[in-house]
Amino acid sequence: MNVKKRSSILVSGSKLSVCPGVISSLKIIEAENITKTFNGFTAVDGVSFYINRGEIFGFLGPNGAGKTTTINMLTGLAHITGGRVKLLGEDYTCNVKKAQALMGIVPDESNLYEELDGWENLCFCGSLYGMDKKRREERAEELLAQFGLSEAAKRPFKAYSKGMKRKLAIAAGLIHQPEILFLDEPTTGIDVAFARQIRSLIVDLHSRGTTIFLTTHYIEEAERLCERLAFIVQGKIVREGTVEEMMKEIQGENIVNFTLGKDFTSEGDFTKIEEEFRSRFPDFNLKMGKNSSVSIHSPATFNLFPFIQFFEVRGLPVFEAKIKRPSLEEVFVKVTGIELQKMQGEQNQKGKKGRKGGG
Amino acid sequence: MKTWIAFSSILMKDMRSYYLKPPNISWGLIFPIAWTLMFFLRSPVAVEVRDLLPGVMALSILFGTTSMLAVTITFERKSRSFERLLLAPISLNLLMLAKTSGAIMFGVINAFVPVVFASFLTDLSGINWLVVIGSVLLIAITSTFLGLFIAVSVSQVFEAQTFSNFFRFPMLFLCGLFIPLTDLPVYIRPLSYVLPLTYGADLLRLAVNQNGTLPLYLSFTALLFFSIFLFAYSIYNVNRKWIL
Repeated sequence: MNVKKRSSILVSGSKLSVCPGVISSLKIIEAENITKTFNGFTAVDGVSFYINRGEIFGFLGPNGAGKTTTINMLTGLAHITGGRVKLLGEDYTCNVKKAQALMGIVPDESNLYEELDGWENLCFCGSLYGMDKKRREERAEELLAQFGLSEAAKRPFKAYSKGMKRKLAIAAGLIHQPEILFLDEPTTGIDVAFARQIRSLIVDLHSRGTTIFLTTHYIEEAERLCERLAFIVQGKIVREGTVEEMMKEIQGENIVNFTLGKDFTSEGDFTKIEEEFRSRFPDFNLKMGKNSSVSIHSPATFNLFPFIQFFEVRGLPVFEAKIKRPSLEEVFVKVTGIELQKMQGEQNQKGKKGRKGGG
Repeated sequence: MKTWIAFSSILMKDMRSYYLKPPNISWGLIFPIAWTLMFFLRSPVAVEVRDLLPGVMALSILFGTTSMLAVTITFERKSRSFERLLLAPISLNLLMLAKTSGAIMFGVINAFVPVVFASFLTDLSGINWLVVIGSVLLIAITSTFLGLFIAVSVSQVFEAQTFSNFFRFPMLFLCGLFIPLTDLPVYIRPLSYVLPLTYGADLLRLAVNQNGTLPLYLSFTALLFFSIFLFAYSIYNVNRKWIL
C-alpha cells in the first residue's frame, strides 16, 4: 500500500478540494464478509459494509451486538476469523500494522495515561505515529485549542472530568491526522452538556472532511450525525443504507401519541383494551408507550374524536394527543424488533459499570 | 514511518513514569544494602564484601526487573493504556522491546549500586569488567523477559507480584548463591540448571572472584537462549491473548 504517497495528498489539507468528484467517491474502508468467532461462539457473522471518504458512518446496535468486536477487527485489536478488510482499496487483513498509521481510534473507555497531563498525552500519542517533536507539539496545541482544553493542558489527565477525558481521547485519535476516525460510543457515560459538545465536535470534524466510523446506541444521535447507517444485531447487519433510505420504510405511516390520565396497572389491562380496540378499529394498531401513553398507527390520516371517545368511555381520559413524526427509532424497532428503551437501559448500565470499574 | 521516534518515546515515558520515581530509586539503593547486611548478620564467620558482590548484584537485577516490568505492564493493561500501544503502527516486537528497555536499564543501574558501595569498603582490582558488563546486561535482559513472561500470564497486578515470587524464590535458593551447586541434593541439582540465574550468578562469580564453576561461553549461551525463548514465547502469548 502506498501509504506515504496517499497520506501526503490527504494530509496536505486539501482533502476534498483537490479533485472532489474522484476523492469523495473513494471508499476508505471496505469490510467483506468479516467474521469473528471466540471458542465456537460467533460474535460477528459475515458482516459487509463500506465507508466513503468524508462521511459519518453509523454502526447501531444493542449491547453485545458485535459493534466493538467489529471495530477491534478493523483496527487490529482482534484477529479476523474470516473475510477481508480493505483500506483505500488495499487488503490489510493480514497486515493491520500497515493500515494503523492511517487510523485514529477512540475507544469507549479512556485509554490515555493518568500520570501524564493533557499536553504530554497528546505529544506521546503523536510520537507513536512517528511525528517529530516540532510537528507533534504544534498539532497538540492546535487540537487543545480546537477542543477547548488549552487551559487544562498542563493538568494531569487523572484530574480531568469524564467529559474532558473523552474530548482529549478524541483529540489523541486525531493527532496524526488520520484518514478515518473510529469513535466507539463517544457520548456514553458522560453528562448531557459534554455529550452536546462532543456531538458538535463531530459535526465540526465532519465539516473539515474527516471520515468517521461511529458506533452508538443513541438512535437520535445516529440520525442527527450520520449520513449512512448499519444496524447490527447478534453479529449480523440487518439493514444498511442512508438515513433517507431507511426512513422510506416507514413513510406513509401516521402515528399519534395519546397521553392518558391513568396508567395501565398491568400488562393484562392493556391487552384487554388492545383487544377491544382491534375489534372496534380493525385498520389501526395500538401500541403501549412510556408511562401512561399509547400510540395509534395507521396508514392514512384519521379523525381523533372516535379514539378520544373510545378511551374516555373506558375511564382513560385523554390529556394530550400529539402527531409523532416518523423517526429512525421506528425503523430500528421495525427492523430489529428490539425495544429502544430496553437497549438504551442496558447500555447505560454498561456505562455505569465501566465507570465503577475504571474508578 | 520513523519507528525510532515511537521506540524512544515509549522508553522515555516509562523511565519518567515508573523507573525514575523516588520509591524505585530508593528501592535500588536500599535493596543491596539490606542484602549485604543480612549476609553479615547471619554469617557465623567474617564475610568478605567481594565474595558477596556477585550474589547481591544478581539479586538486585532479578528483583528490580521482574516485578517492575510485570507490574507496570499489568497495570497498563488494566487501565487500557496498553491498548493504545497495540493500536500504534509499530511492530509488536519493537513495541515489546521498547517496553522492556526501560526495565533492562533499571536492572543494569541496580546492579552497579552495590558495586559503588563495595568500592568504598574493599579493593575491586582484578575484576574482569568486560565480563561483568556483559553478564549484568544479559542477566538484566533475561530477568526483564521473565517479567514480560509473567505479565502476559496474569491479568491482575497482585497476581503479577505473587507469580514473580513463584519464579524468584526457587532461583534465589537454587542458583548457587547461598548453597554451592555441588552441595545440593543430586535430585534437585538438574533444576538449578534450568534456572537462568544459575548461569548469571556463575558468570559474575567468574568475573569478580575468578571462581565460577561453568565455562564462560556456556553461561553466555544459556542466558542468550533463555532471553530469546522468553521473549519469543511472550510475543506469541501477546498475539494469542491480548489481540483477540
